[in-house]
Amino acid sequence: MAGPGGDMQWCFSQVKGAIDDDVAEADIISTVEFNHTGELLATGDKGGRVVIFQQEIENKNLPQFRSEYNVYSTFQSHEPEFDYLKSLEIEEKINKIRWLPQKNAAQFLLSTNDKTIKLWKISERDKRPEGYNLKEEDGRYKDPNSITSLRVPVLIPMDLMVEASPRRVFANAHTYHINSISVNSDEETYLSADDLRINLWNLEITDRSFNIVDIKPANMEELTEVITAAEFHPHQCNTFVYSSSKGTIRLCDMRASALCDKQSKLFEEPEDPSNRSFFSEIISSISDVKFSHNGRYMMTRDYLSVKIWDLNMENRPVETYQVHEYLRSKLCSLYENDCIFDKFECCWNGNDSVVMTGSYNNFFRMFDRGQRRDVTLEASRENSKPMQVLKPRKVCAGGKRKKDEISVDSLDFNKKILHTAWHPQDNIIAVATTNNLYIFQDKVN
Amino acid sequence: MNATTAMEVNAEARRILAVSISKLYASRSQRGGLRLHRSLLLSMVMRSARDIYHSSREIEGPSGAQPTPEPMETSSSPGEQTVPEPQPEFQTSEEPESGDEGCDGDITEDKENMSPTKQSRKRRGKAAAAPDFLPSKRARLEPGEERYAAPSCRAGESLSALSLNLNRAISAF
Repeated sequence: MAGPGGDMQWCFSQVKGAIDDDVAEADIISTVEFNHTGELLATGDKGGRVVIFQQEIENKNLPQFRSEYNVYSTFQSHEPEFDYLKSLEIEEKINKIRWLPQKNAAQFLLSTNDKTIKLWKISERDKRPEGYNLKEEDGRYKDPNSITSLRVPVLIPMDLMVEASPRRVFANAHTYHINSISVNSDEETYLSADDLRINLWNLEITDRSFNIVDIKPANMEELTEVITAAEFHPHQCNTFVYSSSKGTIRLCDMRASALCDKQSKLFEEPEDPSNRSFFSEIISSISDVKFSHNGRYMMTRDYLSVKIWDLNMENRPVETYQVHEYLRSKLCSLYENDCIFDKFECCWNGNDSVVMTGSYNNFFRMFDRGQRRDVTLEASRENSKPMQVLKPRKVCAGGKRKKDEISVDSLDFNKKILHTAWHPQDNIIAVATTNNLYIFQDKVN
Repeated sequence: MNATTAMEVNAEARRILAVSISKLYASRSQRGGLRLHRSLLLSMVMRSARDIYHSSREIEGPSGAQPTPEPMETSSSPGEQTVPEPQPEFQTSEEPESGDEGCDGDITEDKENMSPTKQSRKRRGKAAAAPDFLPSKRARLEPGEERYAAPSCRAGESLSALSLNLNRAISAF
């Protein structure tokens, strides 16, 4: 993370979304994901829409290069549905988007709401055929008697049109609410996880899936934990992990058995008894799990911390970073205002040296693993001048508040950053506040 | 733990229970249906609070100074099985009416419990503050369930009933 001779500095690049403070619920961003090259950035929102931004790469080699992301495609992925049998409304909110590796000119992504996963094809059209023999230009059929000669239609250039079409709909496989999808490294299968089950799908087959994990107890009254996130290993197509509400992570090998209820590895850190409270269980619930790009580590996010685990060591994480420890004494208030249930995500940078996660007051945190340094930055309209360098922020936990520090009681808990994403190669990050998407990049020295 | 601390803990536990019950109830009308994860976490908090409440009451002993739990008015609990059944009393039944001010419940409770022995087992009449956002129909019994005899309901039994109902909240799925 340290550039030649010093710290990295982050600059504002762009902000997307409405300016006004009155946030329409449908505009609340619910997921953010770069594609495998970083050229495309997808967001999903509560209204079921997907917006894809594309990076302008023409001037990439210029020294003052500013990567600009502009809207590439917008489409309605999911609509609200009604389950008549259970008298339940199914929300259209997009829970997760995952890109498929690119194989041809078109781009593919999976988007999911609580119940249904869809495969979308996003393709460009920049030519159109002209000169049909039997049709006029406006599509009306010609009178056959008026045709006296034959010609070959030609393709002429047109304004770029980006089309999104649903190619597969994977429905009716989840009784509970889907929290994760993950594309396998074999590029043929993917998994979807709900509170109690994980299913394995083939991207080509929509009418069936394999159930590979089922933790539903025979008697629901004995339920003690649920699945909170799941992900495939980035290189080993037989390996995946899933996290639980009890703070454990299970690594499973699909070669071991058809139903992976017995984990191959169980990652769990014993609880610190001095920290026990009413809310110990809630704050130990893992909200996100992400493998490192090199596949040797995984990162988990619980309410107050980020933990890095070595896949070869199950009894404790190798690194633990406190995101906002000052909130530990406020858990009761955070329970009352529901903030304690917030599900923060986390992400790795391209070379796995830095991890990032969000917090409250539109703050987000970065932890440099090698340098053992961390920084708190803020995504706000006040710091949105082009290329403005972000100043590190500090929260004063108690005692005398220094200048420029913000006290815990002044934090705005309605301004939360739950979703962040890091470009797979460059130092460009996308940070979602409630209804705005901020793009920051490192300062070019 | 001395009696004063036990009372504080007791009050805290009651307050958390109050907040939890109102959350559990509110989640019923959420778009997208009941969230299993959230319901599970809520029930865990309620269970911890109930256990703490129970143990802190034992420590306080029969001093009579602490508020006696009263049976919740049947009409004030929702008829479906996804919410704790009426028997587990707790003045907390009053809490939801103030929504966000669940923590102020102590004030309401004290008024009721000035004479804990008098009429403490009787169900309150409809006029007495049934929160108007709760449905007024009586709770339905599930098949095979017996209605607990309210007059003989002691704190300990009602707490176990609460635990049974917490589990039932999850099994509603």
